[in-house]
Amino acid sequence: MTMIWLSQHLRTIGATLGKLARAPLANLLNAVVIGVALAFPAGLHVVLSNLQALSRQASAAPQISVFLAREATAADTARLKQRLEKHPSVRQLGYISKTEALKELRASSGLADVIESLERNPLPDTLVIDAKETSATALEALRDEIRRWPGVEHVQLDSRWAQRLDALLYLGQAVVLLLGALLGFALIAVTFNTIRLQVLTQRDEIEVSRLFGATNPFIRRPFLYFGAFIGIAGGVMAWAIVLGGVYLFNGSLAELSRAYGVALRLTPMSWQDGLSLLAFAAGLGWLGASLSVNRHLAASGVALS
Amino acid sequence: MISFSRVCKRYPQGYDALKDISFTVANGEMVFVTGHSGAGKSTLLKLVAAIERPTSGTVLVNGQNVDTLTPRAIPFLRRNLGLIFQDHKLLFDRNVFDNVALPLHIIGYERREAARRVRAALDKVGLLAKEKALPITLSGGEQQRLAIARAIVHRPSILLADEPTANLDADYGGQLGDLFRSFNQVGVTVVIATHDQQLSARLKPRVIALRGGALDATLAAAAA
Repeated sequence: MTMIWLSQHLRTIGATLGKLARAPLANLLNAVVIGVALAFPAGLHVVLSNLQALSRQASAAPQISVFLAREATAADTARLKQRLEKHPSVRQLGYISKTEALKELRASSGLADVIESLERNPLPDTLVIDAKETSATALEALRDEIRRWPGVEHVQLDSRWAQRLDALLYLGQAVVLLLGALLGFALIAVTFNTIRLQVLTQRDEIEVSRLFGATNPFIRRPFLYFGAFIGIAGGVMAWAIVLGGVYLFNGSLAELSRAYGVALRLTPMSWQDGLSLLAFAAGLGWLGASLSVNRHLAASGVALS
Repeated sequence: MISFSRVCKRYPQGYDALKDISFTVANGEMVFVTGHSGAGKSTLLKLVAAIERPTSGTVLVNGQNVDTLTPRAIPFLRRNLGLIFQDHKLLFDRNVFDNVALPLHIIGYERREAARRVRAALDKVGLLAKEKALPITLSGGEQQRLAIARAIVHRPSILLADEPTANLDADYGGQLGDLFRSFNQVGVTVVIATHDQQLSARLKPRVIALRGGALDATLAAAAA
């Protein structure tokens, strides 16, 4: 019994692939429509997850940069350093002298010419704090405390922007979900209509099959597979579009990174995400086909039993 | 076995196709259902195949009450039947072989066994040489024989044929008659709706005569 079941499914899959191949242009166009519709939320998802990775990196090690007054002497700096080292909230303290900072800037930013032309170093000495407690309130309290100390020009919470970005990204994620849901409906509509046309053109086959004892699942099966395959083809198309988009975008990002001296690169969709996309597309195709075939089998008058 | 007991069929428009019909066809019998067009022959066959349901009365096919069958059970009833339609109902998008293979495919035969049975059925009706041909390229008689091959390929216990010799010349009609007799000889119950006198004279079956939807005993006696 299971063998019969399996062989009938395999035969249906084979026949369905054959059917897809017999009308390559029409089915390709269907796949493109679905692919474009899916590429939109999928692409947005890729951009968002890249930004998320970036912000997670930044907010995982929240640091407080303490910029000292430019006129501070070495003694002033040493005193502040000592005071911070003894502070109970400080886990680790880093020190970047103004000469070091300038050297680093010259090396990394490509602004060497501009820096050469400066008469004196415009950068202050900086102390970088790794706090023991990394919650936003604790960090803000520490920042407010240090800000009032003499010799301190400015205190910056490096993770603030990351937190704001995180909040924005949550909003973005919601937009992706909404978009995905809306365009998922588009996918269902495309398969619904495709299957409707197929049911109409295959009325005779359906009627004869019924008369020779075909069950409803047997009649539905090829249409459901067709819907799923159309969905998968659209998913592959969307994956390809996103991959191509990332590739092109990284091309222009490379120039941008060279100009700004930072390594910017979009990571393409992961295998897991890609396969989820295919499964999602296949499921929606199946759903659209199922809605369509149930509705049109009932309406087309060939529903003899 | 087919058994009709006080069967009436009224179509939704109020037309009475069958009026109080009772008869029994035993296993392995050959029966002709005769009468003018519109007498209810096709309706009678449709009731056997559960394509239509009786308005009142009981239709038993192989011991099952057709009227109480659930929609899920009807396909399994039909797998015991071989249906031959007046308009053939061949599928013109596939070749002769695939047309005949359809019932086996529905039942779920393994590919090689199915191919063997399809060729046996095509051999039986003399179309073995044309298995790759498309139905549209066949003559009327060949199309009819293709429909017969499809109806018997899954070895049904009951063969139902609606006007199988319509639109065929007499010679072809005779050949078909011999074919039906050969199925009947191996134990298949054969029910043929026809008004072909020549076929009747050749096969000498039991006759159920219909006139205006009712059984007509005198007409049946005259035909037999």
